[in-house]
Amino acid sequence: MNKLLLATAATALLSGAAFAESHTGDVKIGIELGFTGPLESITPAMAAGAELAIAEVNAAGTLLDNATVTVVRADSTCVDAGAATAAAEGLVTGDKVNAIMGADCSGVTGAVLQNVARPNGIVMISPSATSPALSAAEDDGLFFRVAPSDARQGEVMTDVLVERGVKSVAVTYTNNDYGKGLADAFQASFEAAGGEVTISAAHEDGKGDYSSEVAALAAAGGEALVVAGYTDQGGKGVIQNAVDTGAFETFVLPDGMVGQQLVDDIGDALNGSFGQLPGTDSSGAETFLAMATEAGFDGTGAYAPESYDAAALIMLAMEAAGSNQSADFKDKVMDVANAPGTEIFPGELAKAIELLKAGEDIDYVGATAVELIGSGESAGNFREIEVKDGAIETVKYR
Amino acid sequence: MEFLNGLVFLTNFVIVPALAYGAQLAIGALGVTLVYAILRFSNFAHGDTMAFGTAVTIKVTAVLVAMGITLGPLPTALLAMPVGILATGLLVLGTDWLIYKFYRQQKAKPVILVIVSLGVMFVMNGLTRVFIGVRDIQFADGARFLMTVRQFKDWTGLDEGLAIKTTQAITLVTAAITVAALFWFLNKTRTGKSMRAFSDNEDLALLSGIDPDRVVRVTWLIVAALATIAGVLYGLDKSFKAFTYFQLLLPIFAAAIVGGIGNPVGAIAGGFLIAFAEVTVTYPLKKVLTYWLPDGMGPDGLVQLLSGDYKFAVSFMILLIVLLFKPTGLFKGQNI
Repeated sequence: MNKLLLATAATALLSGAAFAESHTGDVKIGIELGFTGPLESITPAMAAGAELAIAEVNAAGTLLDNATVTVVRADSTCVDAGAATAAAEGLVTGDKVNAIMGADCSGVTGAVLQNVARPNGIVMISPSATSPALSAAEDDGLFFRVAPSDARQGEVMTDVLVERGVKSVAVTYTNNDYGKGLADAFQASFEAAGGEVTISAAHEDGKGDYSSEVAALAAAGGEALVVAGYTDQGGKGVIQNAVDTGAFETFVLPDGMVGQQLVDDIGDALNGSFGQLPGTDSSGAETFLAMATEAGFDGTGAYAPESYDAAALIMLAMEAAGSNQSADFKDKVMDVANAPGTEIFPGELAKAIELLKAGEDIDYVGATAVELIGSGESAGNFREIEVKDGAIETVKYR
Repeated sequence: MEFLNGLVFLTNFVIVPALAYGAQLAIGALGVTLVYAILRFSNFAHGDTMAFGTAVTIKVTAVLVAMGITLGPLPTALLAMPVGILATGLLVLGTDWLIYKFYRQQKAKPVILVIVSLGVMFVMNGLTRVFIGVRDIQFADGARFLMTVRQFKDWTGLDEGLAIKTTQAITLVTAAITVAALFWFLNKTRTGKSMRAFSDNEDLALLSGIDPDRVVRVTWLIVAALATIAGVLYGLDKSFKAFTYFQLLLPIFAAAIVGGIGNPVGAIAGGFLIAFAEVTVTYPLKKVLTYWLPDGMGPDGLVQLLSGDYKFAVSFMILLIVLLFKPTGLFKGQNI
């Protein structure tokens, strides 16, 4: 048995070495998402989105000096900063990745940025970290995110509520950097607009029983309940319980809560609820959806298109800089993402690489109408939605 | 009228949910306590045993529904549950034969078995996810409510409503039947008595001719049944997600320890205590007091003892207080 183990280990080592040798000069991208933990149900589609972009570039085979892009997946766990840091450390020092597509949740993203990306000078682009705190984080120009800050979403949500004449709301948020950041940003914005927040209470994800949270929210009252959580987590548990006990009738759903699964699970009671999520009416979103369907995964999954864009930006910035080293291409990310230049939609990555090789500018639009502002975060186009007859309908774009 | 409104409000948001949640915790804690009393270790894999049993039940439910077999107003999962119990029984018996038996023969210390069960927990965790996936699954069918908020309001004419879900009623009824059956088994049958004897004094039990292997087998089968029942009831009332079941381990252990680990009565009391504590300690009394106090004297603030953020801490606090003043739990449990 021992000999067998030894032999297996030796073979693995040898093949690993051979693999590394034959790919020198190629590009390695680490995909660090919460494959286990609270987000484990949406991360497979996110990783598939990123890998779709990478497969597209590999199919063209023209990146840099005809480099092949390989993917190394790592688990951010979404909640455990220590585990996420260790996984990222493994990506950078062990697998020698050139850049990281990730992480997903705001808390672990901040930890990986400070403990791994900055010390090692590795670019990371997050598809989904939205905490306002990350805008001001020291990043040495290495950190970007394709998702807008929640400070912006707080303003948009306030606009939606004011236009609908809602004056007092109860707020519940998932107890992490995302939920807290969004709830605080919204409360500040809503109160400045003259609204009243009767209670702002946290809920823990992954519990299943939310009677006590709903009891507190119901006691405080309000015209509607703002739920800053996740569709298959505490957010859903809170809504289900509130519907069953008759505590609230209208729910306000921010980005993490918009999903057909939620509408199907809750049923009729969700009709009339409304919300907003990052989204655009650009044709990129539809193209991406068609590509995702063809590739066999759910393109409507939260942050799957953002993941495609994050991975695409990394590779296009490399091409623009003519180098796969983070230190060289970190300054190019903003250039390829923003105007001026030829607009690039999903499925046109090969064309983008050709243009860059010819020395022309590109303006990457992608699946989510990417426009990076400030220190490298999405400007934030939002889609206002309303649940009607068991379907999520777009009201307008903001 | 005002008093009734307050009472209904309290019942709707505190008493009914806490009763159902308490019953689910109690059955879970019974399983933990049985393993502790008879096999003498804390079984960390219990939450994932629950998840596995529920996962099998969900699959069987899906097959039954596809074949057109349902229970009418009751959830079909109740019909599928015996299959889930059987599969879980085989799984835990297999685990025992493959893993725990070795350590039992070595007469390993309880702390070693605890760590072993931690390993089993991780394996079962993965097994369940491979089997059914990581997604959130709702498998409750049949009538959703015994009484809805609107029906109650129309019927009584009160301002506040009271909802009772079918699953809440089923939870309480099933829990009562399960507990009664378990106590009858432990106190009246020959096998039950031999299990209690084995738990009290292992050497004496062996001397009086009790077959230890049989006691261990029966214990695991009962634990599998309890775990599956608790898991299915919880999943019917809320929803199934592998990750949530893993997290359930904390309140279940808190319930078992507070009640006195190794003591079945304690496990039930502990389950309800933890459930009620979680709901009431973080409950703002504002609306109830507004109903109950004379006009104009209602409070402006929320009148909340602890903010909801501290909900997790509540189980731990009760655990600490009880262990400080009554180290063996409320009902005298086993000493280590």
